[in-house]
Amino acid sequence: MSSGQTVTYPRYLDAGEAALVVEFGDSADPAINAEVLALDSALLALEIEGVRETVPTYRSLMIHYDPLVLAREKLVEAVEQIEAAHPQTSEPKTLWTLPCCYEPEYAEDLYQIAELTKRAPERVVALHSGAIYRVYMYGFAPGFCYLGGVPDALKISRREKPRPPHPPNTVMLGGGLTLVATFSMPTGWYLIGRTPERMFAPAREPIFLVEVGDSLAFEPIDAATFASLEARAAAGEIVAKRKRLR
Amino acid sequence: MRFLRASTAGIAVMTVLRIVSAGPGVTLQDGGRHGYLRFGVTAAGPMDPLAFATANAAAGAERDATAIEVSLGGVELAADTAVSVAIAGGAFRIEIDGRVLPHAAVATLEPGQKLAIRPGEAGAWCYVAVAGRLDVPKTLGSTATHTRSVLGGISGRALAAGDVLPLADPRILEPRLAALDVPWFAREGTAIRVVLGPQDDYFTEAAIAAFLAGPWTVSARSDRMAYLLEGARLAHGKGFNIVSDGIAFGAIQVPGEGLPVVLMADRQPTGGYPKIANVIGVDLGKLAQLRPGARISFAAVTIEQAVAARRAEALALSRPIAREPLVRSEFPSEFLLGVNLVDGVTADGTEEDARS
Repeated sequence: MSSGQTVTYPRYLDAGEAALVVEFGDSADPAINAEVLALDSALLALEIEGVRETVPTYRSLMIHYDPLVLAREKLVEAVEQIEAAHPQTSEPKTLWTLPCCYEPEYAEDLYQIAELTKRAPERVVALHSGAIYRVYMYGFAPGFCYLGGVPDALKISRREKPRPPHPPNTVMLGGGLTLVATFSMPTGWYLIGRTPERMFAPAREPIFLVEVGDSLAFEPIDAATFASLEARAAAGEIVAKRKRLR
Repeated sequence: MRFLRASTAGIAVMTVLRIVSAGPGVTLQDGGRHGYLRFGVTAAGPMDPLAFATANAAAGAERDATAIEVSLGGVELAADTAVSVAIAGGAFRIEIDGRVLPHAAVATLEPGQKLAIRPGEAGAWCYVAVAGRLDVPKTLGSTATHTRSVLGGISGRALAAGDVLPLADPRILEPRLAALDVPWFAREGTAIRVVLGPQDDYFTEAAIAAFLAGPWTVSARSDRMAYLLEGARLAHGKGFNIVSDGIAFGAIQVPGEGLPVVLMADRQPTGGYPKIANVIGVDLGKLAQLRPGARISFAAVTIEQAVAARRAEALALSRPIAREPLVRSEFPSEFLLGVNLVDGVTADGTEEDARS
């Protein structure tokens, strides 16, 4: 993209000779993400030989393919045909409500977030648990779930330097998004709460709790409730509430 | 269970491969944990896919069968039953009870013998495939070890001394001891071929030229997740933050500090730095085999050239691997290097067994 040029989407970009990136925009936006997911389901439904795996992200779909079975131009052609037919962008199918403990012990950075957003910690919790989020994508590590729809008042940048590791199943805030982080690791995000729910549990069915494109909300719980739900989740139970939307 | 066999005492016992010792970074890998990138799950799998495929082919195993990936940490193995293994990868020092074998070989381990694989004159990864099957449990359809997310292998970790790997259907290959003729490991030159993009438009033309020319030095901080490169910093044309998108094996991202990072087998499935280029499939192993301190440059090729190279490699791999039976107790150095072995017997062992 040279300066001043308008970009026409979708764009077809190559990540080597075995992955095609179909890009629908350059921002994390629900409408763009819906286009990504519409292409994803339409493409997977075709079961094209040589398509190995697809990875939907905020604004693009990465299609891993075997170039010895499926030539790039054939793949692009298939995508163009899908796009020409304007695939249906589906509404979220499920609303998940994740229990989330915002008490200080479970929300180490809550006071820092309150300072950055110039709001009382109670107000931060009310805002975060009052919103309905869209599951934009998984990424980074198994079950790491990136959520859009953060209230404007809570849109803060990520940290300039990572903070020490957070516990598993921490809910975090940063870069205008919120995230459920399944594994403990150092992070550039702010810790706002913790859920007893497992977004990823290899021994459970479903292994991954939510689908990309689902809606998700957080319900505040106290420490005692956290402890009891944590024990049930550890035993393999799903403790989030699931509501079918259509 | 198929790995049970009758012992002389008439009691069913499990045949196993034992890890006598293992340095850091020795893992079990199969063809990779595919199909779950969309849930944030790394594929893992071999760092040098060609060497991995070669070892499994020579062992008569499935293409994506579980093999031991040996790092520069080295490994020592023993079996409690006679079993053949195929070894391929970098130029490691391979010994059975002190007898030095070629870098690419079929070897047969008798009970009580020890196979030792240690770093040799070149290469960073070496694969041990078994004639039979390492019967380890699959997680999400794969045995590939990804230590960062604690998946695969043995309890999601690297192999360690004392580990016991159940061995199903152990077989003995003839000839029992042979050098493999694998000319595709020659991999000459220091240029790694890449396809530019997907975010090469984040860099100025001068930065792309500087990226290709290098030279880049492989950093000592490199591992299965990423090879970090050191050299003159690259300038971004329009910032270094992109909206996170997918990351393919061999993607070369350039974070804010301007030094390229090549994302390897244990890479995260998505990321938010611009990717200037992607290493082509057949050069992934060549790059992976470089040790810290190695100097490289990059060469841009077209998709068509990258696919042609893949096709040539697939064709070479589809042919039986020629084997030269090992009968001498000492080998001239050119023999140990595995060159000039074109007259070896074919994989089905049609020539006479040279053991005596």
